[in-house]
Amino acid sequence: MRSGFFWLVTALVVFAIFSASRLVTNDYFFFAGYLVLQFVVLATAWNILGGYTGYVNFGTAGFFALGAYSSVVLHKLFGPPIPVLIVVGGVVSGIVGFGMGYLTLRLRGVFFAIATLALAIVLETLITNWDYVGGSRGVYIIRPAQAPLIGSYIQYLFLLMLTLAGIAVATARTIEHSTLGYGLAAIRDDEQAAETAGVPTLRLKLVSTTLSGAFMGMAGAPLPYYVTYLDPASGFNLAYAVNSIAMPLIGGTTGWLGPVIGAVLLGTIQQVATVTISSALNLLIVGVLLVAFVVIAPNGIIGLIETRGRRRAG
Amino acid sequence: MGVTLDLLLNAITAGLLLGGFYAAVSVGVAISFGMLDIANLAHPAFIILGSFTAYILNGTFGMDPIVAGIVVLPGFFLLGAAIYQIYYVSFERRGEESLRGLAFFFGILFITEVSLILIFGVDYRFVEARYIGPTLRLGIVDLPLRMLVPCVFSLIMVGGLHLSLSHTFLGRAILAVAQDGPALRLLAINPSRVKLVAFGISIATAAIAGSFLIIIQPVEPSIGREYIGRVFAICVMGGMGSFPGMLLAAMLLGVVESITATFYGPSWSPAVAFGFLLLTLAFRPSGILGR
Repeated sequence: MRSGFFWLVTALVVFAIFSASRLVTNDYFFFAGYLVLQFVVLATAWNILGGYTGYVNFGTAGFFALGAYSSVVLHKLFGPPIPVLIVVGGVVSGIVGFGMGYLTLRLRGVFFAIATLALAIVLETLITNWDYVGGSRGVYIIRPAQAPLIGSYIQYLFLLMLTLAGIAVATARTIEHSTLGYGLAAIRDDEQAAETAGVPTLRLKLVSTTLSGAFMGMAGAPLPYYVTYLDPASGFNLAYAVNSIAMPLIGGTTGWLGPVIGAVLLGTIQQVATVTISSALNLLIVGVLLVAFVVIAPNGIIGLIETRGRRRAG
Repeated sequence: MGVTLDLLLNAITAGLLLGGFYAAVSVGVAISFGMLDIANLAHPAFIILGSFTAYILNGTFGMDPIVAGIVVLPGFFLLGAAIYQIYYVSFERRGEESLRGLAFFFGILFITEVSLILIFGVDYRFVEARYIGPTLRLGIVDLPLRMLVPCVFSLIMVGGLHLSLSHTFLGRAILAVAQDGPALRLLAINPSRVKLVAFGISIATAAIAGSFLIIIQPVEPSIGREYIGRVFAICVMGGMGSFPGMLLAAMLLGVVESITATFYGPSWSPAVAFGFLLLTLAFRPSGILGR
């Protein structure tokens, strides 16, 4: 499938999902759907670096919250519309992703992983000590009751996140089938060999960290309007990091479909578990599934399906 | 707050005591990550597990927390050996340790933390011992026993490990694995067997470090995360597997954190460790004593 055609199909799917969702009258559907879609964006963003390039980012929460807090700052300054906030959040997190990559990507992958974890905590401490955005007390954002054209505000947020998820997935698919994607795959398989073969490894890795960080920031930008109360402990919650790692690894990291499957599956399970059991148990489920999948099914659900298909064919 | 001499001296002393404790926290990672090349992100979670076992033994039998840490050593050793066995079979043998191995330990970190939350809740727990409370005074410098006792025992533990690594057969085997694993095969020694024992020891140190932690401060399950940055910062700054380097880095971090907390407020101290780590990785990845 050509990339342009894939974008068209994605756009149609986004449109179809939104049109169908207009038939739902229960607002809870949109609240839950927003969270699942947010995880689709985060998992896809993580996978651009983690799955395609083979560098583990534990700092998802940092990039995500950075997007959310740049929205808080802009909201206090001018109060621009959310699509603008999403672009700004993406730019800010993208720049931080670039800087982070520039400092640490020349080291071994393990150091990059630990440094991303460190980055998230440094950012959290900075925000906690910054009174303008609420500090440790947190900040309240009053969202309008109605959105133009759409009506209900939560439906508007849902539509934005749905569009963003569509863009993220289509971008990931485009990367996969481009020179960039082949370069990244070469780095993942053997970085030294790729370097020797003339792949500009550092430049490609930087493109991939920047893109990955930018999408995480974009996913975080509407968050203040969704939760209406944001504090550092919830914005920088490590649950975002573990989820965005678990989802691609459970779905399968080599293609765009894996993170989507993982995010929809795990996101839905967690929504159900939060409502019916408890939210602490939720994280336990994610942790256990993550460990189980990396140990037993290293290529995720996609890998399981493929091996079965191959076995039947052979 | 003005900078006065006695405030500064006290901050430095508190930092050195804290640094001694940090050495106990990091020694396990210096073994697993520095020597065996296993990025055990879950190490802080095992430290918290150690704190909670000390809490249970202290609460039910009135056992001294440090004695409790020593009593559970064999259990932690076996736990570590079991985890290494899973790690070896699923990742190391297949040569897939980097990405999936990291995710594996990250998952273990979460499972341990959430299980502790489900069992004990998020309340802060503490232990009782005679040395928690009193303070020694040397002139203008305060030495709280709550900090001094863990620091002294920590130095004993790190020193003991250092000596046994360089003087016993097993210790030398571990150092040999750290230098060149495949070469050991030529000497008919199975490197993964040696690594199993070494990883077990590294997790066993978490039992003791955990008992120190709950002496120093009340513990709840999620504070382990703060230590991820500290242990890796210390390990990398110390030059990975080197014990003297690690001790120096631990003291340095302790002093800088303590001074930051005294003069700028404790809400800044988590950033110190991670900031240190980022700077070390960016500018001095071979450690402060590195070449």
